[in-house]
Formats: sequence, structure tokens, C-alpha cells
Amino acid sequence: MNTTIMLFLVQDGITNGAIYALLGLALVLVFAVTRVILIPQGEFVTYGALTYASLASGQMPGTAKLALAMGIVAFALDLFAARKALHGRLIARSLAANVVLPAIVLALTLTYAGQKAPVPVSMALSLVIVAMIGVYLYRIVFQPLAHTSVLVLLIASVGVHLALQGLGLLFFGAEGQRGPAVLTTAFTAGSLRFTGQSITVYGITIAFIVGLWLFFGWTRYGKALRATAVNRLGARLAGIRTSLSGQIAFLLASVIGALSGILVVPITTLYYDSGFLIGLKGFVAAIIGGLVSYPLTAVAALVVGIVEAFSSFYASNYKEVIVFMLLIPVLLLRSLAAPAVEEEKD
Amino acid sequence: MNGRLPILIFALIMAAIPFIPGMPPFWIVLLDNIGLAALVAMGLVLLTGVGGLTSFGQAAFVGFGAYTTAVLSTAYGVSPWLTLPLSLLVSGLFAVLLGLITVRLSGHYLPLGTLAWGLGLFYLFSKLEFLGRNDGISAIPPLSIGSYKMLDPGSIYYAVWIAVILSALVTVNLLDSRTGRAIRALRRGHIAAEAFGVHTPRAKLLVFIHAAVLAGLSGWLYAHLQRAVNPTPFGAQAGIEYLFIAVVGGAGYVWGGVLGAAIVVILKEVLQSYLPLIVQGSGQVETIVFGIMLVLLLQLAPGGLWPWLMSFLPQKAVGKKPDTSLTLPARERTPGQSNILLQVDKARKQFGGVIAVNNVSFDVQAREIVALIGPNGAGKSTTFNLITGVLSATAGSISVLGKKVDNAPPQEIVKLGISRTFQHVKLVPDMTVLENVAIGAHLRGHSGPISSMLRLDRADEAKLLAEAARQIERVGLGDQMHQLAGSLSLGQQRIVEIARALCVDPMLLLLDEPAAGLRHMEKQQLAKLLRDLRDGGMSVLLVEHDMGFVMNLADRIVVLDFGTKIAEGTPATIKTNPEVIKAYLGVAA
Repeated sequence: MNTTIMLFLVQDGITNGAIYALLGLALVLVFAVTRVILIPQGEFVTYGALTYASLASGQMPGTAKLALAMGIVAFALDLFAARKALHGRLIARSLAANVVLPAIVLALTLTYAGQKAPVPVSMALSLVIVAMIGVYLYRIVFQPLAHTSVLVLLIASVGVHLALQGLGLLFFGAEGQRGPAVLTTAFTAGSLRFTGQSITVYGITIAFIVGLWLFFGWTRYGKALRATAVNRLGARLAGIRTSLSGQIAFLLASVIGALSGILVVPITTLYYDSGFLIGLKGFVAAIIGGLVSYPLTAVAALVVGIVEAFSSFYASNYKEVIVFMLLIPVLLLRSLAAPAVEEEKD
Repeated sequence: MNGRLPILIFALIMAAIPFIPGMPPFWIVLLDNIGLAALVAMGLVLLTGVGGLTSFGQAAFVGFGAYTTAVLSTAYGVSPWLTLPLSLLVSGLFAVLLGLITVRLSGHYLPLGTLAWGLGLFYLFSKLEFLGRNDGISAIPPLSIGSYKMLDPGSIYYAVWIAVILSALVTVNLLDSRTGRAIRALRRGHIAAEAFGVHTPRAKLLVFIHAAVLAGLSGWLYAHLQRAVNPTPFGAQAGIEYLFIAVVGGAGYVWGGVLGAAIVVILKEVLQSYLPLIVQGSGQVETIVFGIMLVLLLQLAPGGLWPWLMSFLPQKAVGKKPDTSLTLPARERTPGQSNILLQVDKARKQFGGVIAVNNVSFDVQAREIVALIGPNGAGKSTTFNLITGVLSATAGSISVLGKKVDNAPPQEIVKLGISRTFQHVKLVPDMTVLENVAIGAHLRGHSGPISSMLRLDRADEAKLLAEAARQIERVGLGDQMHQLAGSLSLGQQRIVEIARALCVDPMLLLLDEPAAGLRHMEKQQLAKLLRDLRDGGMSVLLVEHDMGFVMNLADRIVVLDFGTKIAEGTPATIKTNPEVIKAYLGVAA
């Protein structure tokens, strides 16, 4: 092996690792706030990527219609939940957020369908569409289950993953798609070629890590989210709307997922079911990071990406085996170091 | 616990089904699949629903079972009946290996860890040459008895359902035993169970192996039913599916696993065959509908369908009272010359910069009630945790009968005859009072898991339950014996904890705020009980805030304030001690 190949593999690993880092961060965030292990995170990735690619190639993505349909269900649930104290402002607010907004986005999507939308427009539309799906998803599926055990939430999460993946096939077909690069410039440093796309990946990952750190450390909403993560009941007693915390967590997770998808799809062809495996690698990073620490998760994600790049070069058959088995020594270390703390579970 | 009659009826119905005239053969195939899934789900019920250990990796164990018999019976021509024990052994051995790594993980690491090795093993199955890579292994010989070959789904049907019913019986038996109580206590945290001698990592590993062996059995049957194996049914999707079979059925109930398997298998089949008639278009519609129905089902019945169905049945008759004429042999006494049962010498505990217990020394003599009092945060409960081995002391020493026991684990302390109750009640709320109290006698029984599964533990079990019943009556809760512990008032739950501690046959009883939540009359009864125990030769060390209760009961009082001992003496001297009054009232007397 020469240095060029090694550097190339490291570079490839870091690019993939950065994506896993973003997904790992989202998983940690959602788990901490809502106790949901977000298996459909992968679907946010594919939805984001394929919506972007469809728009850019002039097709009408079905996700826009899904967002409107889910919004209507969410609106109906809101009305039903508030049926004893219905007043105009509440209805208007829910209608605006759940029906009017996705309807406008759908209308915009329809106007751009047929003509190849410019990159920034496709990006913005796909981010908004997936973000809405994420928020409505929490409202429809997880908010009614918020009081149940982690296990029940997990199984519901699996159900959502199945449904969304099936819908993905319906919307985008079985063919894979690629999207246009976000930045097309490129430069070389020594023997390495840096594409604008990979630079964007690094930049956005770093921006998100710093952004999340600032958000959780310094803002009211960020602190409210952390409080919800530590103690749901306590947070409610302190006046924090825990359902709002859940919606914010899902909003961030879906935006992060869609963004990762948009960043990946110019580099790799994505299929409707690619998200699951990508999401799982984010999981591996999140577990190594202990599901609590953002910086550790980011570092772990880079390690996962680099290990993946090297093993696909040396033992491509065993690539996935190696990546997932990477966890075993980590878990072993964790279990040896784990202090004997009491867990009160219900 | 469970009547045998319903199981017998169920077995007879299942045996009769193939003889129903006009039974479509396809239904038998479905029933075979239900049985295979039920076996895996049953293991998960024990692992996840009862033991609180969530595993996504069960499909991999099915794979171990299936591939073991596939390789041995095709490449080496070993008879399928001989590969059965080997399949179970391979699944079991891998469970030990993976279990040693994973079951010690806490909280959410565990499910995610199992997901990771589940995926890793799936890719391994699909890459290894001798397992046939992605194509798998075909032409596996059928099961046969003599010249009768089980070639069609109808003939292997009996093998599948005999396996399901026997496994269910064995699992139900295991849960209703000494080992089963230890397993059922796992979900509520390990401190209480360990205080009575349960080795929790070993109990967790045990359920892990049990679940893996059931999955291996399912895999063995699967290989001989399909007569071909490939990696697909052993992947992550399948692992997740087994888990939701268990949850949909009702994760805490053995028969919930069977019910869940029936619901999920039939639902998928119905959706696959009828949806295309209603909805035009691509073939993934059934996945979408299936996912949505799963979510709806969970929103309607988060506890699963089995308990929901059972709630329609008339209430079960009250359990029968154990025969209290049976007695357990007394706990083996360690011969000690010393009259001093417990000697705490300059014990110290620091949490970072906080000194919770600051060089505290005191002792407890035989036939004595000693009270440990002090304002909130004085370090009383921490002292209890140091004595019982829950926490290890930063410095100083603790001796029992003159022998140092520094930093011995809780399981060892209880063997010396020191048992305790907890400030925050630690009972298993969905177990009866009798079962909870019987955990206290854990070390005085000796039946292991195998004898429990085969019901060879009944003599031992009857003695344990008799002892538990005796202690429950002794503390005056005889009428509540068969109620769920969670349904009792908090004061009564504290008394149940005392009964559980008494089941150890202790020489020293440690009670952490036993009178909190009791009414006046109940407090007087408790005081009388404790005096009787002392007069019977036991010593008591108690933490209590009710001064009237302590002053009338204790022979000697030790007062702590901010982790430091400020006074010790008889109730009369403590009452007038200026330091004590200052600590409680904040002014000099």
C-alpha cells in the first residue's frame, strides 16, 4: 500500500464518517429527549436525498403529498385532543402549521415539477418537506405513546420504518437515483483531490456540531430539551411543554437526516431502502459515543467511516461484518468500566 | 401458578386441527410458521418482557440452529435427530459468548449491542464459504421416524407444535420457581435481588441462554421444514420482527408470545394475499399497511394483546395457602466467639468532595435494638449501604462477628446473616406478596433452573413458600398474601420488606425507616414485633425519624449529623444531650 491510497481511503472515510456523525448526533438527540430509538432516521435520509434528486431532475416527489396527508391527520388529532376546549386561536394555529403550510409547499413543488429546479430551490424544498414529515410523525405516532416504555416506543419506531420504507418504494420506485452536487468546484492538494461536495460535507458537519453545542448550552429551548431528557415529569412541573420538546427533537432529526441525504446523493447512488443501513452505521457511532456525548459520537463516526473505507479496500466482502463487529470490543470495554449503578425502570 | 387444564385443552385442539375435513393445506403451513415464530418469541418474553433485557439478535440464534443442522446433515450426513442437541448446543454456546459481553450492559446499550452483533452475524452467514454464502445450503434431509419421512408441512406440524407446547411448559415452570423469582426481580433493578443473595449477572446470562436455545430449536425445525437455508431469514429485519411479535402478544406473558406469533403471521399473510385485490399498484403496500397497523395496535394496547384478552376472563381464584407445616432448615450459623455482631470502625465514605460518612464507629451486640438517628442527609442510609456491601467504604473497616468483611459484595453479607429493608421500597410490584417474600429465602433453597423446568423442585419450593407464608403471618399480613405487592399501601409494602428480610433467618436485621407511612396502631404492632424478635435472639439496627417510636423501642441510640457521630447512649441520655438537641433544633439548649 502506498501513501496515496492510504490518504485516499482516509479522505473517503472522513467524508462518510462525517455523514455518520450527523446521523449519530440526531439519534442521540432524539433518544435523549423522547426515549425513541429512531430507526426511521434512515428514511429521513432517503426521503431527503430522493426528493432532492427528483426535484432536480424535474420529477414530482410523492413526499410532498405525504407531508400534506400527515399534516391533515395531525390536525385532526389536535382537534380531537382539544375537543373539550376548542377555541379559534388554537384551531387557526394548528390549521396553519399542519394543513396550510404543507399545502403551500405542495403547490410550490407542483410548480417546479416538470422543470428542473435549481439546486438551492430543490434543497430548500426537500428540507422543508422532510422536516414537516418528521414533526407530524412525532405528533401522530410518538406523542400518544410518550408515556409507554422504551421497548414499546422502539417497536412503534420499527412500524414507522416499515411504513415509510414501503412508501419510499411507492414514491421513488426501485431504481436508484443520483442528484447534482451542491458545490461543483474542486481543487487538488498534493496527490489528493478535494471536491466541493466533500468540503460541503465537512463544513456542514462541523457547523451542526457547533450549532447543537450552542443550542443545548446557551438557549432556553436547548435547556428545556435537556431538562425533558433528564426528567419528563420534572420538566412538565417546571412548565416545559414536553410535547414541544419532542417535536423540536424530531424537527432537528429530520432536518439532519434530509441534509445528510442531500449531501450523500451526489456521491453515491441511493435507493429507497438504502437509508436503513446508513442509519445503522450512525447508530454504531452513537453507541460508541455512549448515546450521550456529541463530540465523542462525532469522533466515533469518523472512526467508523475510516474503518469502513479500509475494510472495503482490503476485505470488501467482510466490510459490513467488520463495521458492526467493531462494536463488540467497545461494548466489552464499556461493560468492564460500567459502574454498578442502580437503574430504576418501569 | 397456571392450571394444567387450559394447556391440555390447547394441546388437544392443536392435535385435532389437521384432522378437520376440508382443512386447506395452506393453513397448516401457516400454523407451522406460527409455531416456529412462537418458539423464538417465547424466549424473548422471558428475556425482554420478564427479564427486561431487550434483544434484536434472536434471529442470529435461529440461524445458528438452522446452519448447524444444515451443514452437519448435508456435508457429513449426520442424522437430523443427532443434530438437534448439537444445534441447541451451538446456539447455547454462542449465547454464552455473546451474553458474557452484552448482558452486563445497562439500559439502551444492550438492545443496540444486540442489533450490532445481530447484523454482523447476518453478514457473516452470507459471506462464509462453508455456509454457502448468499445461496445458503439446500437439499437438507427431512426429519424421519423409521421409514416415515416428514416431507410435507402436515407431517412436520406435530414436531413443531410438540416443541412449542413443551417449550411453553418448561418456560412457565421455570418462571414459577426459585430461579424464576430471581429472574422476575431483574427488571426492577438489581440491588434488592442482590441483597438476598441473587447473583444477577448469572441470572441474566441464564435467561439469555434459555432464549437462544429456544431460538436454536426454532432454527433446527425451520431447516428441516424448508429443507434449505439461506441468510435472509436470519437478518436484522427478522430480529426486529421477533421482538415485535413478543410485544404485540404481550411481552410479559409466555402465551402472549404464541398469540403474538399467530397475529403477526396471519396479518402478514392476509395483507399479502388480499391487499393487491383492493389496492392496485406495487407490491410494497402490505408493508405500509402492516407498519401502520402495528403502530395503531400499540397505541390501543401498549401492554400487548394477551393481558388485554385475559382481562375479559373472570378473575382467577385466590392462590392456595402454602402448607406451613413444612420447615426450612435454619441458615447455617458461622461460629463466632464474639458477642459483638457488627462492629463499624472509623467507616468513611466520600462521593467526590462530599463526605457522606465521616469516620463513624459503633457496634451492635447480640439481642439488642440499636437506632441510628439524625437529621436528613446525616449519612444514615449511606451507612446502611456500607454495611450491606452496596457501597464500598473509602476507609475504615466493618466486621461481622469479629471478622472483617471489608468491601464484600451484598451476596456475601447476606450469607453472614445480615438482611435489610430499603428506604425506598424495592419490591416487584407485579409479583404477589408471597412471591416477593420468598425471594428473601433465596439462599435457603437449592433448586437450579433445570430442576425447576422439569418440576423436580416442588419439595424445595414448598418449603420456601411455607417459610415465606410463615413470615408474612408473623408480620400480620396473612390476608394480603396473594395480592400483588404493587397494590398494597406504602406502609404495608414496608412491612412486606420486613417479612422478606426475616426469610433470610438473620441474626441482624437492618431496617431503613420501617415506620414511615404507618398508622399509630400499626407502629405499635411493629414495635411489638421488633421487641419479640429481639427477645427471640435477633438484633435490630434501624434508621427512623419517628422519635416517639425510637425512644420507646431502642436499647441504644447512635446519632449522626453531617456524616459524623455526635452522640451515643441510651434513649434517656440522648434526649437530654445538648449536641443532639442542637442538631435537631438548631439552638443550644
